[in-house]
Formats: sequence, C-alpha cells, structure tokens
Amino acid sequence: MELPHTKGYHIINNWLETKGFKPFLFQQEAWQQILMGNSGLVNAPTGCGKTFSVFLGSVIDFINHHPEDYASRKNNGLQLLWITPLRALAKDIGRAIEEVIAELGMNWKVGIRNGDTSTTERASQKRQMPEVLIITPESLHLLLAQKGYPEIFHSLKIIAVDEWHELLGSKRGVQVELAISRIVNVQYSKFNSQCSVWGISATIGNLEEAKEVLLSPLQKSGITIKANLNKKIEVESIFPDEIEKYPWAGHLGIKLAHKLIPIIQQSRTTLIFINTRGMSERWYQTLLDVCPELAGSIALHHSSIDREMREWIEDNLHTGNLKAVVCTASLDLGVDFRPVETVIQVGSPKGVARFLQRAGRSGHSPDAVSKIYFLPTHSLELMEAAALKSAMQENLVESRPPMMLCFDVLMQYLNTIAISEGFLPDEIYKEVASTFCFRDLTKDEWQHILHFITEGGNAMQQYDEFKKVEIIEGVYKINSRKVAMRHRMHIGTIVSDSMLKVKFMSGGYVGVIEEYFITRLEAGDVFTLAGRNLEFLMIKDMTALVKKSDKKKSIVPSWNGGRMPLSANLGKKLREMLDSFAVGGKQLAVELEALKPLFDLQETLSHVPKKNELLIEQIETKDGFHLFVYPFEGRLVHEAMAAILAYRISRIHPITFSFAMNDYGFELLSDQAIPVDDTNVYDLFSPEDLLNDIQRSVNSTEMAKRKFRDVAVIGGLIFQGMPGEKKKARHLQSSASLLFKVFSEYDSGNLLLRQAYQEVMDQQMEEVRLRDMLTRIQQSQIIITFPERLTPFCFPIKVDSMREDLSSEKLEDRVRRMQQQLTSK
Amino acid sequence: MQNPIPHIVRNNTLWLSPERSLFWEEENTLIIADMHLGKTGHFRKAGIAIPQSIYKADLQRLMSQLYLFKVDRLIIAGDFTHSVANKELDLFLKWRKDFSLLHIDLVKGNHDILDDAWYNEANISVSSKKLAAGPYLFIHDLKVHQKLTEEEKQLYAFTGHMHPAIAIKGQGKQSLQFPCFYFAKEYCVLPAFSRFTGSFKVKPQIGENVFAVVEDSVMQLA
Repeated sequence: MELPHTKGYHIINNWLETKGFKPFLFQQEAWQQILMGNSGLVNAPTGCGKTFSVFLGSVIDFINHHPEDYASRKNNGLQLLWITPLRALAKDIGRAIEEVIAELGMNWKVGIRNGDTSTTERASQKRQMPEVLIITPESLHLLLAQKGYPEIFHSLKIIAVDEWHELLGSKRGVQVELAISRIVNVQYSKFNSQCSVWGISATIGNLEEAKEVLLSPLQKSGITIKANLNKKIEVESIFPDEIEKYPWAGHLGIKLAHKLIPIIQQSRTTLIFINTRGMSERWYQTLLDVCPELAGSIALHHSSIDREMREWIEDNLHTGNLKAVVCTASLDLGVDFRPVETVIQVGSPKGVARFLQRAGRSGHSPDAVSKIYFLPTHSLELMEAAALKSAMQENLVESRPPMMLCFDVLMQYLNTIAISEGFLPDEIYKEVASTFCFRDLTKDEWQHILHFITEGGNAMQQYDEFKKVEIIEGVYKINSRKVAMRHRMHIGTIVSDSMLKVKFMSGGYVGVIEEYFITRLEAGDVFTLAGRNLEFLMIKDMTALVKKSDKKKSIVPSWNGGRMPLSANLGKKLREMLDSFAVGGKQLAVELEALKPLFDLQETLSHVPKKNELLIEQIETKDGFHLFVYPFEGRLVHEAMAAILAYRISRIHPITFSFAMNDYGFELLSDQAIPVDDTNVYDLFSPEDLLNDIQRSVNSTEMAKRKFRDVAVIGGLIFQGMPGEKKKARHLQSSASLLFKVFSEYDSGNLLLRQAYQEVMDQQMEEVRLRDMLTRIQQSQIIITFPERLTPFCFPIKVDSMREDLSSEKLEDRVRRMQQQLTSK
Repeated sequence: MQNPIPHIVRNNTLWLSPERSLFWEEENTLIIADMHLGKTGHFRKAGIAIPQSIYKADLQRLMSQLYLFKVDRLIIAGDFTHSVANKELDLFLKWRKDFSLLHIDLVKGNHDILDDAWYNEANISVSSKKLAAGPYLFIHDLKVHQKLTEEEKQLYAFTGHMHPAIAIKGQGKQSLQFPCFYFAKEYCVLPAFSRFTGSFKVKPQIGENVFAVVEDSVMQLA
C-alpha cells in the first residue's frame, strides 16, 4: 500500500498542517514501513519527533484498517505496546499521545504501567486493556507473571522500544529481549498473528547491531531509518582563573560556581548536569549560597528525590518557570523541555555519545544551536573538553555492546513465566535461544538452569526441601503462593542496591537512600538529601527516620552509581591531545593552552607522554612504594590492567598490592619496593599468555565479588524483604559477600558464580581491548621516571579511593608483616 | 590444619581451634556458639538455592572437633539452630545417635525457637538464659551480661551472638578481616561456628586479647 494514497495518511497530514507542521522525511519513511508490516530501528535524536515516527504510524495503520468508524471504535484491545526505560518518561509520553488522540477525535485509551500504577488501575487494565500501554521492562515482566497474559497480546500490532540505546547493554535490555521473544511466539502459536517491533535509538556506534539484537526473536533483519538531522552544537569551556597544578577530583568545580551565575541569568532555562547524586546535592547548595536570589527558581532533580517533587520540577520545566535545574542522568532522556536554552556539563561526561545527548537537551527549535558549557571538576579535565570537541568533529560516537548470556536474568524470567501460566521447557528453550543474548546458550547450560530452579542445585535428596519451580505433567510451574509473591517483589530489583525511604519523624517523605550508606551512620549524624540537612535518628521498618538540622557540617552521601568509565574513543582523543602538547609546534586548543603551567610542571618532575609513549612513574612516599601507569584507556580497563600487571609482578617475587585508578591511569601501591625497570618492563606489558594471566588475576581480586552482588540479587539469592514485613523475613537475610564466599567454597561450579566471573571477563577484562592496548604499548616507547615528589598526573589517582588487593604472599605472612609494621612505628 | 593454641582464663586452660571452637581442658568440654543448624535448609525451603554442602560441612567440622578432643560435654552459647524445624534437623537427630554419650548443653539464643519436644528428642539440656559451670558462665547475648547479679558477674562469661571479626591494617593501604575469639576482661565473645554467617567488626581495647582465625590457623593479634 502506498502511504500517500491512504486515508490514514491524509488524516494525519491534515492534522499536522492545522498545527503548522510538516512530517519529516524519516517519519514518512517509518509510516510506510509500518503499513507494510515491517520491523526496524528509527535513529533520531531527542527532540525531533521520534515518538511520532512510530506512534502516528500505528494510528495511520489503524485508520486504514477501519476507514469508516476509526473515530468511534472503542475497546479495540492493545494496539501499541510502548516500552520505555524510565518511569518518569512514561507520564510525558502518555500526555503527548493522549493530546494527539483527543485532537484526532479518536476513542483510544492510553494506559501507563509501572511501579507507580495503582492496583485499581491495574485491575481495570486487566478487564480492558487500553489501546496504548506505556510500560517499563520490569513491569512488562510483571505482566508476564499475570495469569492469562497471552490474551493481552491478541490484538497487538506494534511493540515500540523507546531509547533502545539506553536499554541495550544493560540487563534491562535483556529483559526486553526475553519479553519480545515470548510475546512474538505467543501471538504466533495462539492467534497465528505477528506484530512488528520498532526500536527508537539515539546515535551510537553500533546501530546495526542494536537493530539485530532487538529483532533477533523475529528472525528478521529489519529496516534502519535515519533522521539525518544535523544539529549544530557549540561547546564552550569554563576556565578557572588560575590552573591548579595538583588537580584533585571534585574540588575545583565547586570553586567555579560563581562563574555559572551569569550564564544562568542570561539564559531562559539552564540544565546543569552533574555526574553523581552526591555532587548534585552540593552544587545545589553552593549555587544557592553564591546567588541567594535564585531561591525558588532553581531546583534539584535526581533519582533519589521524591517522585512528586520530580514531577513538579518536570512540569515547571515545561512551563519555563524554573531558571535552572541541577540534575544527574535522571534528566538525560525523555521528551523535550522547550524552554531549555543552555546546558552546563560539570565534570567529564565520560563519552561522546552522552555529551551529545546532553547538549541536545537545549535549543529545540529545528535550526537552533545547542549550546553546552563544560565546567571541569579538576584542571586536567579541561583536556577532556578539547578531546570532546575534536571527537565530535570526527563523529566518533561510542558503541553500546549488548550483554551476553545473563543467566541471572534468564533465571528470573523463567520463574516469572512459571508463576503465571507455567512453561514447557522445549518451547521456551527455542524462544530463549532465538534472542541475541542467549543465542550461544548450550543445552548443558539450559539443563543446569532448569535443575537449579527445580532442585536448587545438588543437594542431599533425603534431607532437602528445596521448593521453587515444580514439574507437573511436564509443565514447569510455581505453585506456592508465598514463593510467587516473593518473586513478584523481586522483579524490579535489577537496580542493584536496596533502598530505604527517608521520612521525617514528624511525618513527610524526603526521598530514598541506599541502605549501605545509612547503615554507616550513627544516630545524631547529619547528612544531606534533596538539598536539606537532616539529622539521622533511627531505622524503623525499612524507613530511615530523620529530623531537620541546623548544623552547617554534614555528610554528603557517596552513592555507588554514577561512576561511568571513560570510553575508548575519548581515551584515544586524550592521548592525541597530550601528543599535541608534547610534540609542540602546532596551534594548541584553548583548553590545552590554559593547562600549560600544569604540563610544564609535569614535564619538569617527570614527563608528558607523546602518542607513541607510555609513561610510568615510580614514587616513594610514607604510604609505601607507588607505581603509576598512564594508558588513558578508562577506569574499567585500568582496573583490569592493574590486576594483570600486579599478578605478573607478583610472579617475580611474593608481594602484595593495592590498586587505585581513574580514567587516565592506575596505581599499584605496595609496602615493598616494586621490581619494575627497563629490563623487565616490556615483558610485563607483553600480550603473550594474556588469556591465562587474565583468568588467574581475575580469581585473585575483588572484581568478581562486586559483580556477584547484582547477579545474586537478580538471580533471586538475596531476598530484600517485603515492605513492612522486614521482620518476618529476617531469617532469610544474607549478604552478597557472604554468599560469594560460600558459593566459591562449596559450589564453585554454580552458574551464577560463573556469570559473575564471566561479566568481569566480558566487561572489564575484555581480551580484545586489553590485547589491543598491550600491542599498542609494545610498539611504543615505555618511559619510566622516578619523580622526587607527586606529579600533577598521579595526584588525582592518589586521592581516588577505590582500591583492591592482589597478593601472592601467604595470608599468614601478610598478617605477620602488617603486625610488625604496626609495632615498629 | 594448625594445632589448637592454649589460652589461660581464670586458671583454666582453653585450647583455641581454627575450626572456631574452644576446648576446655579441665572439664573435657567443647565450647561453641552460633552453629545456625538448618540455615541452608531454611533458605532452600523458601526457594533460595544455597548449597546444602555448607550444612554438611558444618556438621562434619563439629564431629571432627568432638573426635579430636574426645570430649564428654558440648556447651553451645546460643543459636544452635537457625529457625523453625526442617529436614536438615532430622539429619542432626540421626547423627546425634552416634554420639549418644555426649552431654549437650544449650543456652538459648534468639534463634533457638524450636519446641521443647525437639530438644528432648535431641537429648539436649536447655537453659533459657544462662548456665554456670566452674569459674565460667555461658550466655548468648552480651546484653544479658549487664543484667547479671553481682555474684554471677564474678564468673567469666562466654557469649556468642555477635559473630565477631577483627580487621587489621598495614602499609600501602592494605586491610584484612578475620573471624576471631574476642577475650575482654570479664567475658569472651566466641566466633560463629557456622561458616554460613556474616560478621561484626570488634575494636579491642588495651589489655584485651584477640585471636584471629586465619584460614587454617589461629593467630593472636591483640
């Protein structure tokens, strides 16, 4: 069917015309493909009508199928399933879609389904599904945990996955893959129909792969539609008056706060992106201190802030009532806030894609320029601004590699469908294996998983009462209501840390906070949340009770999240930036020019590496012996490299290291001299025998243990208790670190444990990237310096605190030596 | 496994074993706390697949300690079992028959919530709050210690409940943590016997003694 000749197209086109709009080319292309029943991926930045490309397509299709009575038809069943990564987005998108439907005079209903949806709303959805259902991946799985779920998908025409680039590469993306595999096959086997699947994604390096992942269960290759709207982006760095020669992460930024005031005042609305929730709290306070007139027209937005408060902020962003909003990644996505004219990025955005996305939050009229300011949190970050500009010119955008073989998510999913209808293993195996994530799933692994959810792994038959999934006449089913209820509680826990509500003693909700932070506080301690100073009183029924405090000094929670590693692209750019300084001769970027005093000091004390050089510094301080290495490859790769290097050195002689790293380099610290010099350094960085060394060093560090936290929660090993029922579940409490210990000792073949190691191997110890790096280093010159004091490069690493240990000494020997050191002081 | 090391408290000799138990030489008695028997079974019944081999290993470790010291009596300072009865406890009952001559004393802890009938069948003498023996007193939770009579406070107390651990720090920001025996002036906190237990960091004062369980050996750290 030719799109322009259809009734649906005419109606939509007319409607757009009355509003003074014309459809974009990419939108028309998407509509045509949707009419033809095809699937695919729409690549468009936020703020370009990407929502309409898929949503209006489904409306046109509906009108074409019901040309006479499309307006009056009611209760048509679910037509469009709209999957979105963020709860906050659901409301905005729902509002936008409802407006269109009302203006077209149609009788479609729009429903939202997420953790905030009331039970009455859920029940009415169960009786009659709305035509459009907007849902998060977790809630979609909860829908699959509902009896009779196949009926819901009877009439479904389109599954749309919004912001697919955000979901791809996370376990929530795997949830989407599994849900699609189920829905598609339910339709096919029960109703002999087939819906189409459309992803919507911002630009990433691996768009084609993103499409392949999404459409894998359909066994189709699909169509990619690109918006090709070139938006102009202007980047400006904010310079400190004086370059500090010893950069210290986080401390410079706040000092520059006064420089933001004129920017905020000159612009209609400004978004200020801060990388961590903790820092966003401090920025909010500081801006108010520096410019008290801003009170009332500035707000703080992050994911730990009360939902109502967040919605209020979003509403006021739409209406332009706010002058500025300090926010975290919580405002990265979603519909546009038209009044936003300016964006300020504080600290490194860690990647080109994220920086582009944030810049795109400003300047929404089609030919407006997006203006983004970059404010460094330490002086070296200025170098990143120069690198970002250069990367943007070359269109170097990062890829988001999809996650593979997530056994934890698969286990959770199997339990989910065991609750509702139960499943036949052969049928589900085919579906699961049709997804991209599990396409390499072996029969053995599958059997192992089935064994784990039915028998709980190996046990003493006679003395065991393991109960989860039961097999009744070949159907795998969960019958226990208690187990089912506990599992339902569990499906939203892909976000790792368990959160506590924070409430005033006198009543009134403040927000939520990670349990691990609050359990470190003692009654009377003062901390900051949602821009308020709060005195901690006690924990009661999963709630932290607090009262207001006048104390000036408070602890800012250090949230676990938000530590994004630097991307490989940006790392490469950074090495080029240094090179341009070290080689000299060319016109330097303004940011590098400003950093000259710092580089000069670095050169005097040690060295500024060129593109084909690797710098290693050996320094002795009262803390011990430090070895600093600067590959500029990002935190994750550095952690892996540190572990491998430590392992290789420790083979020379028994020694214990602790590590620290940032995005520029890493540190090995020991209480003994570190035997690295010109004679062995190339061997230590050799790509030879890499795989074996990776495996051995992974085993001796904490990396897998950290991964296991998430895996254990998702896989259902850690039960966080039902709300208000904390006490009854007390006998089922255990910690991830304890489980890691007992599994390692007593069930080392366990799939979930293996997955934790595999995740380290896939995400951090990625062999290819490490091998590339080592090969690069082999071809470059390694320069070892012995500075007499700390250098500008190593200082930020030294103050960074994330550390772990690797040791080749016997534990008892370590303890003895620590004792001697203590006593000899 | 390293041999147990002696420690003298109130003129009696205690042998500290890396298996997290104490052998009281004068009375030929083994002292443990926080065995949490049936914990894996409790988790498994709820659909949480903790490997049952931990339970088996705990039981075997206890058995090997009984054989090693050839004791007449076992005193448990609370939390012998983890929760309500389950099949894993049946295995213990069967096992108990092989040690029918062993006298078992349990001072009840917060987790010991089974019916009297079960303790009868298991042939365990139960004290609800405390048990005195020679110069020693056995209680589960230190909180009980504060409510003792002056007379009882003259006795040296053995407690559990806390699952104590000690952290030590070295140069180069190194830090390690181990389960420990924590001997204060008037009481001792025993390490949890079961390996399926978390821990609580203790900070010893001057004059107190701490013995860490470092893999297969016991080392005095304070």
